Amino acid sequence: MSEINVQRRQFLKMSMGVAAVAIAPGVFLFDMAHGKADANKVRWGMLIETANCAEGCNDCVTACNTENGLSGGVSSTDSQWIRKIEIKDISTGRETSLPMMCQHCEHPPCVDVCPTGASFKRADGIVLVDKHLCIGCRYCIMACPYKARSFVHEPLQNQNPDVPRGKGTVESCTMCVHRIDQGKQPACAEACPNKSILFGNLNDPDSEIATRIRTVASAQVRADLGLNPGVRYQGL
Amino acid sequence: MHSHSPFLLKNRLFYILTSIAALIVLAGLYSVHLMEEHGHIITGMNNQIVWGIPHVFAIFMIVAASGVLNVSSIGSVFNKPAYKARAPLAGLLSIAMLAGGLTVLMLDLGRPDRIIVAATNFNLTSVFAWNVVLYSVMFAAVVAYLWTMMEARMQPWSKQAGFVVFIWRFALTTGTGVIFSFLVARQAYGSAILPPMFIVISFAWGLAVFHIVQSAIYQWNSKTLDEYVQKRMKNLLGLFVVAALYFVAVYHLTNLYFARQVEFEHFILAGGGIYPLLFWAGYVVLGNLLPLLLIYLPGWGKSQHVAVASAMVILGGFAFLYVFIIGGQAFPLSIFPGFEVKSSFGDGVIGLYSPSLPEVLLGFGGVGIAFLITAVGIRVLNFVPRELPKKAL
Repeated sequence: MSEINVQRRQFLKMSMGVAAVAIAPGVFLFDMAHGKADANKVRWGMLIETANCAEGCNDCVTACNTENGLSGGVSSTDSQWIRKIEIKDISTGRETSLPMMCQHCEHPPCVDVCPTGASFKRADGIVLVDKHLCIGCRYCIMACPYKARSFVHEPLQNQNPDVPRGKGTVESCTMCVHRIDQGKQPACAEACPNKSILFGNLNDPDSEIATRIRTVASAQVRADLGLNPGVRYQGL
Repeated sequence: MHSHSPFLLKNRLFYILTSIAALIVLAGLYSVHLMEEHGHIITGMNNQIVWGIPHVFAIFMIVAASGVLNVSSIGSVFNKPAYKARAPLAGLLSIAMLAGGLTVLMLDLGRPDRIIVAATNFNLTSVFAWNVVLYSVMFAAVVAYLWTMMEARMQPWSKQAGFVVFIWRFALTTGTGVIFSFLVARQAYGSAILPPMFIVISFAWGLAVFHIVQSAIYQWNSKTLDEYVQKRMKNLLGLFVVAALYFVAVYHLTNLYFARQVEFEHFILAGGGIYPLLFWAGYVVLGNLLPLLLIYLPGWGKSQHVAVASAMVILGGFAFLYVFIIGGQAFPLSIFPGFEVKSSFGDGVIGLYSPSLPEVLLGFGGVGIAFLITAVGIRVLNFVPRELPKKAL
């Protein structure tokens, strides 16, 4: 073999090695970002005990705003990822207070209608918006039965680096995906003074949340729509 | 005097009109720039009313763009010579309104700069993504159809092209209706009657636009429309108006029958302030009853009556879409049926919306684009209907 050929062979080997080293983390991170590694083993969800949720208590909302860098404003153009709703049964007069946020549906209408695929569901059940693909058409807001999504109406300042947002795009509760991926709890669950928000893996039969929903009566909001939300409510 | 000859006057008028339209388009583009700079905060839209005036304009133009092609379909598919002579003009109007409507829709996006993302990332389950295909193919099909009609060598293909356009525009308006009928949770939408309703409505709006442009052209060229053609076309408009009203009535009657929808219907038809007013006075009376009188009352139904009736149908169309799109969002989402609800995010309360100047200008900018395409098209190409001898009709 001529020297040129040997050199060429070495060059090709090295290039392939460099390329593999360069691509591998990307492929790995891509999988991680889409939660592919956890497919079917994990479905993150929440169980909210409404009996303990105090009217007037806003700690989960405040924690969410702080964690995700939201202004906390409540005008009609401000983003609200989680809100407290006070409901009163018209026929019985019974009053209940509860937090409402993205319900992380198994069959999310927002994902179905999104023209670009910016709205997507990770394999672990968390529904997110890809801020690079969202064109701001707001069709997902029209489609969401829970009014869970907000449109960013103004330029943003002082963003939390873990939670990128963008003017002209749609956003909603991420279930604090950046915390979950670090093995932590969502900010609202951690902040609730009465521990009314139980967060966990619905697909792990031994998890606390799976045990609880097996033993106590819980309900999904607008269960009639058949979307199978990952957030359940106790005492509705 | 030579400089005041009718020809030169008209020439001047043409430039004045197109300049005004160009200025309106520029104002619309400036609004878009402002919306880009400041965000949608400068519009009246918010997290409850996410689609506003721009969508009313855009959907009107897109629906009318499909409906106006009826004129060419009656010519090509159903072989009526009176309509065949008008098919090129209908095709031009369709392209013009499609361009105007889509521009408004696109520039109202939160990120209009990412339009390339919409063109390269298709979510196959999304009606919006389907519509991107429907609109693009429609454009191409109508252009091809115009080519077959205006280029002698292509004329043998005219019938086939007309047929493709005929089929495709049904798909397109179905797509527009389906945008709303696939919204499962909204009380105003989520109904299978919406696509056929939009198709029939498109016939009325499209023909109304056609009537107005046609009478303007005839006026401009000091021609009178053949009485036979005029009578046929005005009766067709009347028929479409009645048919559209029928579908709207059935849509509301069905809702009224369902106990869970009664509150919503009460809001739209009686208690909702601006929305019932626009529905009854704007859509039903101005957009249907008065035009029908103008068309069918004995002794009326002349060219100028039909032009006024058409303008009314168009205004009624805008009123209808305002109620349908904005009223439909203003009524609160029923997240907890059977419960009284309150929150900091507008749960349980009627959404407030007042259109701002920039978004209104954006809407008119789209109309300006449609006008410019039509006016320039008619001036430089042969779109004026050529009347055939009466016996050929």
